[in-house]
Amino acid sequence: MWTRLKFRHGVHPPELKDLTARVPIRRVPYPDEVVLPLRQHTGKPARLTVKVGDRVERGDRVAEADGYVSTPIHASAAGTVREIGLWPHPDGSYAPAVRIAVDRYSPQAPRPRLVPDWTRLGPAELIEAIRQAGVVGLGGAAFPTHVKLAPPKDQAIDTVLVNGCECEPYLTTDHRTMVEYPERVQLGVRIMMRCLGVRRALIGIEKNKPDALEAIRRTVPADLDVAVQALDVKYPQGAEKMLIEALLGREVPSGKLPMHVGVVVQNVASAATIAEVFDTGLPLIERIVTVTGRGIRRPSNLIVPVGMKLRDLVEACGGFTEDAREVIFGGPMMGIAQAHLDTPLTKGTTGVVVLTEADTRPAASWPCVRCGRCLETCPVFLNPQLLGQLALKERWAEMEASHLADCLLCGCCGYTCPSNIPLPQLFALAKAALRKRPAAA
Amino acid sequence: MSGPSLLITASPHLAAGDSTPKIMWTVVASLAPLVAAATYFFGPGALLVVGAATAGAVAAERVFGRHGTLADGSAAITGILLGLTLPAGIPLWMAFAGGAFGLAIGKLLFGGLGQNVFNPALLGRAFLQAAFPVAMTTWPMPAAAGDWWKLRGDSFAIPFASPRALDVVTGATPLGKMKFENEATRLLDLVLGTTPGSLGETSALLILICGGYLALRNYLNWRIPASIFATVGVLATGLHWLHPRYPDAAFMLFSGGLMLGAVYMATDLVTSPVTNPGCWIFGAGIGLLVVLIRIWGGLAEGVMYAILIMNAFVPYLNRWTQPRVFGTQRLTART
Repeated sequence: MWTRLKFRHGVHPPELKDLTARVPIRRVPYPDEVVLPLRQHTGKPARLTVKVGDRVERGDRVAEADGYVSTPIHASAAGTVREIGLWPHPDGSYAPAVRIAVDRYSPQAPRPRLVPDWTRLGPAELIEAIRQAGVVGLGGAAFPTHVKLAPPKDQAIDTVLVNGCECEPYLTTDHRTMVEYPERVQLGVRIMMRCLGVRRALIGIEKNKPDALEAIRRTVPADLDVAVQALDVKYPQGAEKMLIEALLGREVPSGKLPMHVGVVVQNVASAATIAEVFDTGLPLIERIVTVTGRGIRRPSNLIVPVGMKLRDLVEACGGFTEDAREVIFGGPMMGIAQAHLDTPLTKGTTGVVVLTEADTRPAASWPCVRCGRCLETCPVFLNPQLLGQLALKERWAEMEASHLADCLLCGCCGYTCPSNIPLPQLFALAKAALRKRPAAA
Repeated sequence: MSGPSLLITASPHLAAGDSTPKIMWTVVASLAPLVAAATYFFGPGALLVVGAATAGAVAAERVFGRHGTLADGSAAITGILLGLTLPAGIPLWMAFAGGAFGLAIGKLLFGGLGQNVFNPALLGRAFLQAAFPVAMTTWPMPAAAGDWWKLRGDSFAIPFASPRALDVVTGATPLGKMKFENEATRLLDLVLGTTPGSLGETSALLILICGGYLALRNYLNWRIPASIFATVGVLATGLHWLHPRYPDAAFMLFSGGLMLGAVYMATDLVTSPVTNPGCWIFGAGIGLLVVLIRIWGGLAEGVMYAILIMNAFVPYLNRWTQPRVFGTQRLTART
């Protein structure tokens, strides 16, 4: 099939990945406490299964899936449930969470368990095992993986796309995963293909990661139709819709999902996690996180227990520099600035970026001069200029009619705006307002 | 471990690095060579005229605008651009009044930067054209050997008094000559700017160089001048082919205010369309109107009115040329 291997529009922010691109992944010591929010995934929060005072081993379930679009949550360290209550959540709110006091002298060995032999399992059993392991997409959105792997029967899927773009500046989580664990990625791809009954997989990797491209190419299995494609470096190449357009030339219809064009997209780190589930039998209780930025003394790629607090993580990286000013969970284009050093990392935290005073975005803003640059960068061809003007007047319904729902909140418009108008923030506000006031308004 | 006091801002946390004041001041800087050229051709009077118009615009912004808006540079652009559309010998108080009018009525009355419908510099010029038709159409000849220092008119005339008649050599603009005397001007003179005319409508070459720089920096949308040039070129060539009485494309493109208008006035960010297709249509409309006014209108020059008229269509052009949203089939025209 002929495709241009490109999507249109988008921006070229500085890559800033040199801080950690060649730093090998290392483990961090266990902290004194982990905090597990019950909402760590898109969908319904998990339902609590422990009470205060309970002892948990590493890998024990502390909350079960509540409904189909939900996943269980497991203890990431052995210890005692100290408190169940509201705790700072990475999204900026306070949310129910389980605080576990970690045993200081525990060897952190999980309970002995049966590791299922994936070669003997059928698709349905594989998907159930993935679900029980609490696997979610590790690219940032944290959508439950089992839901994506079980599309409705009438939806024919022909291709698994594996997302190794990591187009957010600074982050090298997926990059290091591909360089250091290429076999795990390939095994995860194989298992996903089996779940979906799909014969073809395509791995897309941006060209600024030649070592990752090499490692993934080297480990492509001979017996499967898995192709590796180098992609131009452009933000947001890793957005699902953009990746599908670049790799397959298919345009996901407005309001539809990748499966409606016969595609399932999974992140490379999610693939590696699936492989680990069938390798060790352990659920998703730790993940790889890039801690970087000029505001941290020792930028690192780390294996971190889910629920580790920001404070402990920063300490594991040598602490803040003198001029550290802003801490972001995720990348700088879409990530969320954190207010509390007690905020825990969740399954969906791809990285922690610490900006210095000089790196932070200036506060000054000017009126829109209608330069039209936002229109030239929006990857889904919205009119952010118009949407921004409507948002300032709180004309939510008109924004909805102007396709606000298609906005990815990717940040291209805000990045490029010379008047420094916080367009993505306005759009996020509008989306929230529309969710509260249903479409009839 | 004591943490830093954490800053909370919304994403994106990176910025491309251009700011609106940076764009505006770069445009101001790119106008400096044009002002220098005008001074070279018309003597120090040219500098005084541009200065007076700019002072008028800046004063209006300072008096009527919100606090701190002078720093964004947009008032300075309006003043300099207006100055470049004036004759070298115009009394300075008129230039000042034009700048103040353009800024106050043309921009601040609409709500300030980003809100105005019409190009404020051209609105200022339209005001002067209506109020002082004689002063606005007295075109001094470019400086000859030895008289560079001489003022080109009664620059320091007392406001509202009749300007003194000065011994200044004036001449018809190339467009005037063509329209009323059917006499062509050498193309080289047009391109270099050694003809009578307003300060900035003289050196087409310099305007193209400065505008080209802005286009390379993405500070103006090249599609607008390209569309204007193409439309004027095609229409003029066609008319010239029908009857040689009509001027050819080269004359139409390089005479009068077309260059300054197409490169600097029509591309004003605020008063031009936000969509690229809109910019093509906008430019084509200006080109068509310029040819219509120049050939069949009562005036020798029509760039100002062509741009002002098309300014009024910008909201409609924006609405008609909305991009096709990713994953949708139709063009979705919405306000």
